[in-house]
Amino acid sequence: MGISPVLWQFLIKWLHASALFPAEASTIAPYADALYFFLLLMTLVGTVIVAILLVTFSIRYRAEKNPVATQIEGSTLLEATWTIIPLAIFLVVFVWGALLYFRIYNPPANAMNIYIVGKQWMWKAEHPGGQHEINALHVPMGRPVQLTMISQDVFHSFSIPDFRVKREVIPGRYTTVWFNATTPGTYHIFCTQYCGTLHSGMIGEVTVMTPADYEKWTQDSTSGMSLAQNGERIFASMGCNACHNGTAAARGPNLAGVYGSKLQLTDGSQILVDDAYLREAILSPSQHVTAGFAPIMPTYQGQISEEGLIDLVEYLKNLNSNYRVQQTLNTSQSNATAPDTAPGVKP
Amino acid sequence: MSTILSLPDQRTATLPKKNYLNNEHGILSWLLTGDHKRIAILYLISITFFFFIGGAFAGLIRLELLTPQPDLVASDTYNKFFTMHGIIMIFLFLVPSVPATLGNFLIPIMLGARDLAFPKINLLSWYLYIIGGTLTLTALVLGGVDTGWTFTTPLSTHYLNTHVVTAATAIFIAGFSSIFTGLNFIVTIHRMRAPGMSWFRMPLFVWANYAASLLMVLGTPVLAIAIVLVALERTIGIGIFDPTKGGDPLLFQHLFWFYSHPAVYIMILPGMGVISEVISTFSRKRIFGYTAVAFSSVAIAVFGFFVWAHHMFIMGVSNYSALVFSLLTMLVAVPSAIKTFNWSATLYKGSLTFETPMLYAFGFIGLFTIGGLTGVFLGSLGMDIHLTETYFIVAHFHFVMVGGMLMAFLAGIHFWWPKMTGRMYPESLSKLAAVVTFIGFILTFMPQFILGYLGMPRRYHAYPPEFQVLNVLSTAGATVLGVGYMLPMLYLAWSLKYGAIAGDNPWQATGLEWQITSPPPTENFHEIPIVDYEAYDYERLEKMKKHEVTTVG
Repeated sequence: MGISPVLWQFLIKWLHASALFPAEASTIAPYADALYFFLLLMTLVGTVIVAILLVTFSIRYRAEKNPVATQIEGSTLLEATWTIIPLAIFLVVFVWGALLYFRIYNPPANAMNIYIVGKQWMWKAEHPGGQHEINALHVPMGRPVQLTMISQDVFHSFSIPDFRVKREVIPGRYTTVWFNATTPGTYHIFCTQYCGTLHSGMIGEVTVMTPADYEKWTQDSTSGMSLAQNGERIFASMGCNACHNGTAAARGPNLAGVYGSKLQLTDGSQILVDDAYLREAILSPSQHVTAGFAPIMPTYQGQISEEGLIDLVEYLKNLNSNYRVQQTLNTSQSNATAPDTAPGVKP
Repeated sequence: MSTILSLPDQRTATLPKKNYLNNEHGILSWLLTGDHKRIAILYLISITFFFFIGGAFAGLIRLELLTPQPDLVASDTYNKFFTMHGIIMIFLFLVPSVPATLGNFLIPIMLGARDLAFPKINLLSWYLYIIGGTLTLTALVLGGVDTGWTFTTPLSTHYLNTHVVTAATAIFIAGFSSIFTGLNFIVTIHRMRAPGMSWFRMPLFVWANYAASLLMVLGTPVLAIAIVLVALERTIGIGIFDPTKGGDPLLFQHLFWFYSHPAVYIMILPGMGVISEVISTFSRKRIFGYTAVAFSSVAIAVFGFFVWAHHMFIMGVSNYSALVFSLLTMLVAVPSAIKTFNWSATLYKGSLTFETPMLYAFGFIGLFTIGGLTGVFLGSLGMDIHLTETYFIVAHFHFVMVGGMLMAFLAGIHFWWPKMTGRMYPESLSKLAAVVTFIGFILTFMPQFILGYLGMPRRYHAYPPEFQVLNVLSTAGATVLGVGYMLPMLYLAWSLKYGAIAGDNPWQATGLEWQITSPPPTENFHEIPIVDYEAYDYERLEKMKKHEVTTVG
């Protein structure tokens, strides 16, 4: 009586293809795994101690052997012991876990930034160089990569298990996560926060490439227009330059070099200009009025997509002078003042 | 195997002529009853009904996950399965399970009272439960709801076209049922203890339910608020959670988990109370360190209110609040560790017998230890990042809720079955069921820890093929587990008519409930007892028995 060879082959293949432990593909993974093994050990020891107590007492003090129980009130010393030892272990776990948390969520200063927009049910990756990907992410090996993420609808969560990183992707708010991939290959991206019908279809692959391959990939797959260039286009087409042109009479504050500076607001508070602030200031300007300016800017809520906002943010991040702003403005104004050669026909 | 079970001579034994079951007849005598014992039975029937509906959804989920492809049902249907499974199991089974059935039945008797403080409110709370349950079924029949039991905004408020408001109303109403039960217990425990029944003479079951009641009364209103806000945002579009209207979606997470984390203690604490009673009775010993066990219940209830944000570590809460909540989470783990060691130490120098309730209690201690310690993984900030929202968390809370709470519930049901019905369940069949449940449980949920560390997200309809082997194991386990739960249902029903007559005190236990007839008379005590002894005083019981024998002989 033997097992059918076909079935056998199938079983072998099936078991072989199955996974028991995730790959360690980022610099963080070994740190996370070390804590994991410590916690597993703690669980194992704890469970074994309890099991030994239950089994030993069950054998030694079963009614056949020990017909009359000895009443014991308790023991302060023993109870103190099994309060303090678990407490001490848990505190070690707390400190260890906190250190790991800050390691995972505090990006190094030299990290390259990629934007991620989550929507039902896909991941869009926006590289500053103008590469756009859907449900895919290409990153170089051995270089810290920071993801600045936002959702355009519901809560999502961006997870790469083989890197041991994950972060909630929230509507209306940038969140970040970083990693430094160590091994070339492709790894799963999962959305781990339930987000509706095709939640389990909101998956993708992160491809880790050697620096040379990555260089080649960035050149081959650029859309030809960087995010900042896109941002400049939006800046002009939405008419932002009408007020934010850096001239002395401008109705809006000068935006050149504003990123990273400390800004004084009319309500007296001081605020650091970062991605999140810029996004907020575009969407609800009335709550972010720079000191010395009138609250005249209309809201752009619902008029610019999250990708458009990212483009604008990326543009403002890199805006060092107002030269091009004024150039663009002059061109559009001279267009407007010049009489139309062919009325009714828009250029 | 020796046993402490001592049944009366079956040839002459009869059920007491007048008891709470046959005192009045007719369906109205049940539906309009103020008797806490009858209300407990009403609850028992209704939660069993919902348990099997919730269980059926669990079965369907596991069946779908047998293969990596989404091939059994459509994605929307799958999402409705796990939503209904969660809503039913949490709000309609786990929260009321021990308090509303065993607690309702036993707390007045254990305190030496004739009923709860507010019998009519007690009945009202059952009706609210039934209305909540009916609304849930309505939402189900009309086409279901697919928010997940967590009702995460803005998904639940703006993006789903299912019966969210109906389900939310159901939970809102069921919540009041739980508030009323808690209120009733608190007042009863404060005001209606028999003469001499001081706080530290109360059985630990009462302490545990007292702690759970505090959580119900203080926590559930916050859930009600969160639910109402979701309903308002969905229907008339007020901007509480919607970021485009200046709302904050994280606010919902705060409000929801402010209830829903304490809710896990609402579910587990009464179960711990059951375990204390069972361990003590079958080791013939006072619980080791009674005071520590009693206070650890209260400590869990107090700390339980200050750990909710550990559900939000990856949601961009501030670093400082993450630190504080992680630290508090570590602290709340300590009282559970104390309890586990105290139960184990109770066995030391006891005189142990291994009847069914004891087997379930052992199952509880083992599984709860694993469930509790894996909670420490999730409380640890850096580890939580990788593990949260995966099958690890699913395995963790099923170890606590199913491995812990359901085992405790079954331990309690078997332990007090003779008291509630006057008849014994079949012993060997029930031992088999306990073992089957344990094996099925381990097989179902152990693989999910591994899946979780691999990164398989929860609530996934389809998954990568390399996860299949572990999923097949889990589904196989669920089948065994299903058998393990069907068995008690069948033999307990059988025992109602054919079980051996149990007599007043089949387990030779010390609680006041065992000093009255089984089933108890409607008024519980003809004369209110005067308590001049500690809880779990087995030596006194021994003496009384000897005295009885000498006077009769």
